[in-house]
Amino acid sequence: MLTDYIPIVIIMTIALVIAVVFIRFSTLFGPRKPNREKLSPYESGMEPVGTAREKFSVKFYMVAVSFIVFDIEIVFLYPWAVSFLNLNGEKMLYAFIVAMIFIVLLAVGLIYEYKKDVLKWD
Amino acid sequence: MTVNWIEILITVIKILLVQIILLTGVAYTVYTERRVSAFIQNRIGPNRVGPAGLLQPIVDVVKLLMKEDIVPNQANRFIHSLAPAISVGVALCTVAVIPFGDKIILFGREIKLQIASVNIGVLYILALVSLGVYGITLSGWSSNSKYSLLGGLRASAQMISYELSMGLSLLGIVLINGTFELDTIVLNQYGWKWNIILQPIGFITFLVAAFAETNRTPFDLPEAEQELVGGYHTEYSSMKFALFFLAEYANVIVSACIITTLYLGGWQFPYLQTFGISPMIMSILQILTFLIKAIFVVLFFIWIRWTIPRFRYDQLMSLGWKIMLPASLLNLVVTSIIVLLLKYN
Repeated sequence: MLTDYIPIVIIMTIALVIAVVFIRFSTLFGPRKPNREKLSPYESGMEPVGTAREKFSVKFYMVAVSFIVFDIEIVFLYPWAVSFLNLNGEKMLYAFIVAMIFIVLLAVGLIYEYKKDVLKWD
Repeated sequence: MTVNWIEILITVIKILLVQIILLTGVAYTVYTERRVSAFIQNRIGPNRVGPAGLLQPIVDVVKLLMKEDIVPNQANRFIHSLAPAISVGVALCTVAVIPFGDKIILFGREIKLQIASVNIGVLYILALVSLGVYGITLSGWSSNSKYSLLGGLRASAQMISYELSMGLSLLGIVLINGTFELDTIVLNQYGWKWNIILQPIGFITFLVAAFAETNRTPFDLPEAEQELVGGYHTEYSSMKFALFFLAEYANVIVSACIITTLYLGGWQFPYLQTFGISPMIMSILQILTFLIKAIFVVLFFIWIRWTIPRFRYDQLMSLGWKIMLPASLLNLVVTSIIVLLLKYN
């Protein structure tokens, strides 16, 4: 079984080599004439004001938190989905009901988020 | 556990062949995009270098390789170089599980036309799609420029929002096939039993999510040039800049391959087995079928890009959370009800 993953290790190594070669190439062969203006971050031609390490909208954190909840839902549903077709009779019905309760609970969570305007951007 | 060196040699040859085809494909997708956009906007497009401008991509790459590599002095140098490597690496690794055809017999040896035949193909794709977010977020953060930061944040919020509906659409496919293996999913789509017919809503949500994951118009908010200059790659130059484009177009090609594999029947040509052709020609026809389907999806990506305008950010988020997520959840529920009704006895 584990030998199935050897090609993946090889392709990752090759992809890494390709990426590193491309990144190193222009630093090795390109010109190098830095000056102060060239090295400052772009801000529409003006002197940069302050730093970019600043606070940003809390909305992005809210999206991340909601993402984690639903992503874990999907992770839990994958084993169910892959074995659902191979079940039969009583077990299939049981698996179906359990999964539906799980999905309904999370759908209620989504509706709650929607009503609380978490998903609203302004 | 003995390691078969001939198998490894064959794998390496397969990988190198696929990567060369993929990188050439990227170059010529860029060319095609420029020509098609010129055609749509009634311009001429690149036509000077070589016949009909066909050498343009090669010249562009040589130019970008020879440019000065600028790292802003306040940037985090290591992460600044790491980010394009992640983007490209992820894009090049995803092809590993895509079956390009059934088996081919060469020199008396049966070769599977898939780099890695793992039993978790669908999960592997999802895992690498999730990793792709890091490349863009890290590039936005490490540049220490406000435009880059905003572009990176927007991109990460957008990509994780649409990843949910992508995962849920894939669940529908897994449900009706009962497996994660992409080669089995393709084998199940014989005749006209393509998943696009069995999963029409899942196909649409997956397609929209694929557009959002590859940051293509109408979802190219991260690099909305009118408001964010260049978005997350504002502070990149020379080949590092080009690597983001390489990653974007490689992702387009890989998404096209995934859509073909999962929904459009992969290498299956309807009723080809009934014609009684020799196995060798059959394998070649299967690969050609796969390539033609994938090329059509890539052309569809290009066509959409030059036809539909960009979303506003709040529209993008409400589409993702209020329409795409419920729609793909509903698709999953309906699919499981149908599977239950058909199989329950």
